[in-house]
Amino acid sequence: MAWFKRSKENISTNEPKKDLSDGNWFKCPDCSEMIHKKTIESNFYVCTHCGHHFRIGSEEYFKLLLDENSFKETDKKIRAVDPLDFEDTKPYKKRIEDTINKTDLYDAIRTGTAKINTIDVVIGCMDFAFIGGSMGSVVGEKISRAIDKAIKTKYPLILISSSGGARMMEGAISLMQLAKTSSKLAKLNNEKIPYISILTNPTTGGSTASFSMLGDLNIAEPKALIAFAGPRVVKQATGKDLPPGFQKSEFLLEHGFIDLIVNRKDMKDKLTQILKLLQN
Amino acid sequence: MAVQNYLEIEKPIITLENKIKEMRKMSDQLDISHEISKLEERINELRKEIFSNLTPWQIVQLARHPERPYSLDYIYLMTENFVELHGDRHFGDDKAIVGGFANLDGRTVMFIGQQKGRDTKSNIYRNFGMPNPEGYRKALRLMKLAEKFNKPVITLVDTPGAFPGIEAEERGQAEAIAKNLYEMSSLQVPIIVAIIGEGASGGALGIGVGDKILMLKYCWYSVISPESCSSILWRSWDFKEQAAESLKLTAKDMLDLKIIDRIVEEPEGGAHRDHEEAAKLLKKALIEELDSVSKIKKDKFLDNRIKKFGEMGFFKD
Ligand SMILES: [Zn+2]
Ligand SMILES: [Zn+2]
Repeated sequence: MAWFKRSKENISTNEPKKDLSDGNWFKCPDCSEMIHKKTIESNFYVCTHCGHHFRIGSEEYFKLLLDENSFKETDKKIRAVDPLDFEDTKPYKKRIEDTINKTDLYDAIRTGTAKINTIDVVIGCMDFAFIGGSMGSVVGEKISRAIDKAIKTKYPLILISSSGGARMMEGAISLMQLAKTSSKLAKLNNEKIPYISILTNPTTGGSTASFSMLGDLNIAEPKALIAFAGPRVVKQATGKDLPPGFQKSEFLLEHGFIDLIVNRKDMKDKLTQILKLLQN
Repeated sequence: MAVQNYLEIEKPIITLENKIKEMRKMSDQLDISHEISKLEERINELRKEIFSNLTPWQIVQLARHPERPYSLDYIYLMTENFVELHGDRHFGDDKAIVGGFANLDGRTVMFIGQQKGRDTKSNIYRNFGMPNPEGYRKALRLMKLAEKFNKPVITLVDTPGAFPGIEAEERGQAEAIAKNLYEMSSLQVPIIVAIIGEGASGGALGIGVGDKILMLKYCWYSVISPESCSSILWRSWDFKEQAAESLKLTAKDMLDLKIIDRIVEEPEGGAHRDHEEAAKLLKKALIEELDSVSKIKKDKFLDNRIKKFGEMGFFKD
């Protein structure tokens, strides 16, 4: 499924819709420039005018980062169940089913082994298109197994986050995924295997308060929202105006929570450089 | 204990209790002991009836009862020689998290708990029990101190959430919580966690990883408060009762889902009705769990701890 279809579903109503009739023109949400789909695709899904990083899914990310045909997906078939019999405006069971049909994804992360410029890695990438990239049991389990795989193979672990936080429809069980992934990372740490966390727009809530912030290196894409409580919640709780650039990558770099900001087009080279430094 | 604040569900009980008080005042002139004991019986029946049919939302309200014992109440009631320690050594001293060494039944334990205030002034001082990053870092510093001197850790969870403030975000609320989860999972001494009031989300879990997780009977634990859940999923604040129902957040639910290991009984009518009794019940449970974990070899209980959280989750493979 194409990246733009997926992102259309999820970009909220404040993101302008394309207005040129062939459906292949997109308005950059940052600079309002109209850009053709092909131009965006050939430019790493980054606006050619202002550098805005469009939201992409695991499929696109793997294509950008990994050596051709090197990705071997693991645990592809793990599916969410509905342990709480949860129902809000829609039963959770139905929500899962509908989302699977709509996105061609099974849950909010895909994991596997791959090569980056011939270097073996274990990699996972979240899909915001799947219930807002929320972390429930499946995301927790797949990350946990990816860590096991990294321990077994001694390959470095790379996790790309794009998440609204824990999946509310799994209640406290989703909360426990924070502890599950973090405790597994502590185990990885004991084995001295590198873990690189890549944070993309947005990475908030439970993911940020667990595995996303726990990289040996934390790398962010430019201008990504990275937060515990999102800006709306903070504004509502404090009644204060938020400082400019609040909770954006550059803000987090300034405050000491990420190591570097890397443009999407440079990500593969930068990862290669870092992985080689850690190898030698 | 004189009840100052009461919930709607407690009203019939409180009304009868007040009636008894009135009658006692008159009992100098009349012998009405028979009537009083009949009323007392009625109160007991009524309490049993009300408390055996609590809805999840009513349990949430009980967990927030303004007269419930808080961390420091329990620590003072359960231990001797408590020395409160302060500060994260980086930024400041978060008043929403308290901690220090104390003597529990003959052994030294590091206690760490979230602390609410009881009136407006003390609630502002305690930030309503909502920790900032320095609170989580203070907790971690104290845990590391316990580890250094080989003392077990007991944490008391009672928070409406980590503080969603501008400065909290600037100073890395997410990182502080994540770091605690990571460090607590491999802390080299036993950790017993007790949820004594509200267990709201990452803010609760930030001191909530351990070998045994206990929960008092009238507490809630979930990924989000029913109010916020209602506002996000139903896009209205009016579905909090329904959200409380859907989230499966009671102690019984937590036990069924294997998220906690044990429910700790509360006094008749809830912990707020009898602080001493509540502390006695909690103390007994804590000592039993501490004894059972302390018997296990260190490598084994550390393995068990990671395995315990590793097994949490429901999915089909
Ligand atoms: Zn642009
Ligand atoms: Zn600042």
